[in-house]
Amino acid sequence: MKKVVSVLSVAALSLSLVLAGCGSKAPEQSQGGQAGQAGGGQAPTMKIGMVTDVGGVNDNSFNQSAWEGLQKLQKDLNMPEDNVKYLQSTGDADYVPNLTQFVKDGWDLTWGIGFLMGDHVKKVATENPNSKLAIIDAVVEAPNVESVVFKEHEGSFLVGVVAASMTKTNKIGFVGGMDVPVIKRFEAGFTAGVKAVKPDAQVIPVYTGFFDKPDVGKSAASQLYGQGVDIIFHAAGSTGDGVFNEAKDRKAKGENVWVIGVDKDQSLTFGKEITLTSMMKRVDEAVYRVSKEVIDGKFEGGKVVSLGLAENGVGLPETSKDTVPADVLKLVDEYKQKIINGEIKVPEEPQK
Amino acid sequence: MNKWRNIFLAESTLVPLAAILLGLLTGALAMLAGGFDPLLAYQSLLKKVFGNAYNFGETIRQITPLIFTGLSVAFAFRTGLFNIGAEGQFIMGMLASVYIGIVFDLPAYIHAPLAILAGALAGGLWGAIAGYLKAARGVHEVITTIMMNWIALYLANYILASFLVPEGKQNSEPVKETAVITIGWLSQMFDSARLHWGTLLALIAAVVFYVLLWKTKLGFELRAVGFNPHASEYAGMNVNKNVVNAMLIGGMFAGIGGACETLGVFHYMSISAAMPGYGMDGIAVALIGGNTPLGVILGAILFGMLSFGASGMKFGAGVPVELIRVVIASVIFFVAAHGIVRYLLKPVLAKQKEGS
Repeated sequence: MKKVVSVLSVAALSLSLVLAGCGSKAPEQSQGGQAGQAGGGQAPTMKIGMVTDVGGVNDNSFNQSAWEGLQKLQKDLNMPEDNVKYLQSTGDADYVPNLTQFVKDGWDLTWGIGFLMGDHVKKVATENPNSKLAIIDAVVEAPNVESVVFKEHEGSFLVGVVAASMTKTNKIGFVGGMDVPVIKRFEAGFTAGVKAVKPDAQVIPVYTGFFDKPDVGKSAASQLYGQGVDIIFHAAGSTGDGVFNEAKDRKAKGENVWVIGVDKDQSLTFGKEITLTSMMKRVDEAVYRVSKEVIDGKFEGGKVVSLGLAENGVGLPETSKDTVPADVLKLVDEYKQKIINGEIKVPEEPQK
Repeated sequence: MNKWRNIFLAESTLVPLAAILLGLLTGALAMLAGGFDPLLAYQSLLKKVFGNAYNFGETIRQITPLIFTGLSVAFAFRTGLFNIGAEGQFIMGMLASVYIGIVFDLPAYIHAPLAILAGALAGGLWGAIAGYLKAARGVHEVITTIMMNWIALYLANYILASFLVPEGKQNSEPVKETAVITIGWLSQMFDSARLHWGTLLALIAAVVFYVLLWKTKLGFELRAVGFNPHASEYAGMNVNKNVVNAMLIGGMFAGIGGACETLGVFHYMSISAAMPGYGMDGIAVALIGGNTPLGVILGAILFGMLSFGASGMKFGAGVPVELIRVVIASVIFFVAAHGIVRYLLKPVLAKQKEGS
């Protein structure tokens, strides 16, 4: 009897799965078809893919920003939904196969997001000279790759101005991901901005070594706040999520601490109670712009685009007016003009 | 004809096969719950793995290190040791080989073998430290190997940053052309997939694994200690020595794996915030393979296909990476918990007994 029951149960399980599988497939497919038809007509049929680095597409940071840029493009131009796609990488070994997947599949543009992918984009671009690729945060010298870099130091200078104007303890923290040139630019600009307003304020930098470990970010933040720091600027991908968590805990206990977000307007994710402002890096804009160029047939391989304050590639979000007093924002605008005019030259490397 | 049928229906074949099937079914349930199409997902997985020469080659690339780390874990397990440290041994293998590959200037026929040998030694010694601590001080190897993993990661990062990586870069210099073990013509055949001699070495390592454990005196002792250390000691074997040996040899397998990864795939080593993960996956591979050499190879093939094909599931069916890990985990779960499978298969197996 027992045997019969177990046989039946296995059979029933597998049968129900098979049936359920078939059942769900049919409507989904037809939906996809309709969406495709609705998007047809005038909409471009170009296909644009992107490969995230290990941070993943939900990193609340530049990978996510890039994906939002692509999604916006797809909606704006009414492209079929399947014509923009991302692949997530789980390690070094994944970059080349993921990039190659898009390239070999004949996608019109393939994005590599993040400086970690520099060498890999170069390899794939060289092996597939007829493909088009683009990369964020690294310069790849190849005739079929467009590189986009940001002047993070300029934007960081401005949030440094905000931090220096708002600090009560005169101690300001910086939490970086890996100790690499891109992140160094954040620290350099930030410190310069702080010193410009308050030469005696102290900036304490901490490098966690990770872009994807919120727990490590939390303990780094705890250490800094423990030392009397009241504002932390993070440039550490999803490691920075931990900085926000720590600030939230302390705010709940009545401490007056702030976080300055990075890459995106992080007050939207973490709330205005703890997010003072954010150093927005418009990865979404860059992805949108270059992808649009491909669609319009204006893609320029080998070009390096460098986006700073003047190009609106970096800056503070609109929402900062709710958390930062108007006179501070005015000061920020003054410095912004000076940087654009070239009166102030923001250093790219931290001063020793 | 009948013989083939018997092999296919033998318990040792049937149980793992059923386990994999159950795992895939459970994964399918998870995908359904998430609103994705499991049939399309599995189709995309197969298409990704077998769809074209490039991806097939890359799947082999993915499988190779898993064979090494799987053998490493399985070998120690035969002596009753749980080697969680294949990860660290793998990293040390990478480090040693990349060091030899960059710093030395030698003709190809000696440079590459030397670099691999260095990788084997580094991985072996790294494992032997844990073995020694166990033998001399009774420190449990699970604790030490886990800790040694982190030490390896940060030691490697430190050495790379201090000696091998140019200022402001993330990757070390490439190893010299003479130390590279990529097979150019084969790569070309597979549309420049990164294929290398390490795959052949992995298969040889599996043979060595078998010969060493089952055809030598050393292997007999190692296995005896694994079955019952007290009885082995009573029989006059030196248990402590065997513990160190098992970790040393197990570590060497992982170390060679690391060396092949740098010399064959990347040609450099990068300062990395996270472990490569092959060591941890190796535990699962050894488990799936029942700690036998052939089983490890098959387990690595399954695991490599699943993890490389995962991006195909994302690409073809939109299944997010997290859900794909659920699928992989449920396969491992059923393979590891074969008691459940055996219970479900009872009627089939009982019928066979009657038949034979």
